[in-house]
Amino acid sequence: MEHHLVAIVWGIAAGFVDRWLMLRNDQRNYPTYPHGHLTHLSLGFIAASLGAVAIPAIAKPDYVAVTFLVLAAQQFKDIREMERKTLDHLEKTKLIPRGSDYVEGIARVFEARNYLVIITAMATSAMAYWKGWPYAVAAALLAIFFSLRFMRGSSIEDIAVVESGQLHFDGSILKVNDVIMMNVGLPQTREKILREGIGLIIKPKDDDARLTLDSPGQRMAIIHDLVSILGSKVDIGEKELKPLARKNIDKGYLGLFMLANEPDLEVMKRVIQKVPVLESARGTTLKTFYGRKAAD
Amino acid sequence: MDTGLKDIILAIITREHDRVDGGACPLFVAASQEEQQKLSLLLARILAGTVHDLENGVYIITRH
Repeated sequence: MEHHLVAIVWGIAAGFVDRWLMLRNDQRNYPTYPHGHLTHLSLGFIAASLGAVAIPAIAKPDYVAVTFLVLAAQQFKDIREMERKTLDHLEKTKLIPRGSDYVEGIARVFEARNYLVIITAMATSAMAYWKGWPYAVAAALLAIFFSLRFMRGSSIEDIAVVESGQLHFDGSILKVNDVIMMNVGLPQTREKILREGIGLIIKPKDDDARLTLDSPGQRMAIIHDLVSILGSKVDIGEKELKPLARKNIDKGYLGLFMLANEPDLEVMKRVIQKVPVLESARGTTLKTFYGRKAAD
Repeated sequence: MDTGLKDIILAIITREHDRVDGGACPLFVAASQEEQQKLSLLLARILAGTVHDLENGVYIITRH
């Protein structure tokens, strides 16, 4: 009895710490509502308990308990739904929306993290049950390290190079280098854009990256992250200064312009480099036979 | 809730009446360039739209 209990406690502790560390990683992508924190920590605790109980239950053996565990694991599917709903509702009142690709990506990550917690808790409690606590600590650290590394995914800096671009007007057309952004009618707006705007060029490193950057969802995610960190000069009903990302249709790179409250070029570059590559936007043409054939 | 007309011309501001013809869009004729820009700015703010320049002396307001 004592032995079971120790293993379960080890598993729960490891799983909970894992969830906690992953939650701290979220801050850039997700507003840190205190209640949101609490919700996810509680669910993380439940997930950790589930994972921790599994191995002692099988070893005992108590197959009824294991069956219930499988049923309980189904609950975590609802987390994705919950996050998606929350973020979708918030989209309506945002000046710069995240876009459904980003929302879906965040929701999926939240769900997946709970499965990682279950795995961590399970591995730790198994080690504690069969091998003793030094192995449990090793397994916990390894699993936590794995889940932090594994869930990070790739970011824009892995697939593209961010450079500064020159904002200028060709008649009434705003351009960043040679990328056409939009038509701006009023001279005072043009002057403001030239005075305070910052232009950037995002160059994809290969064909996969080009497809990824093509996706409007990925571009919205880039703009959303920029705006949520640096602020923008967009207001309700005044969309002329809205940040935009448009591509050069022949060469495939993106031009981006924005009027930030904190116009710092280097910071903007760093922010863009750290934007996650969205799973649903990721281009994979080079993994296909014809994609590779067409590329050369 | 956001209701309204999107992606159509909401207003046309011109200095020369004969440059624009037909359509069901309100047409504003300005006497000078300053008046035209002022009208465009006001209309854009009121309609929550953006001003576009057709580069022939005609400005239009649309909402995106």
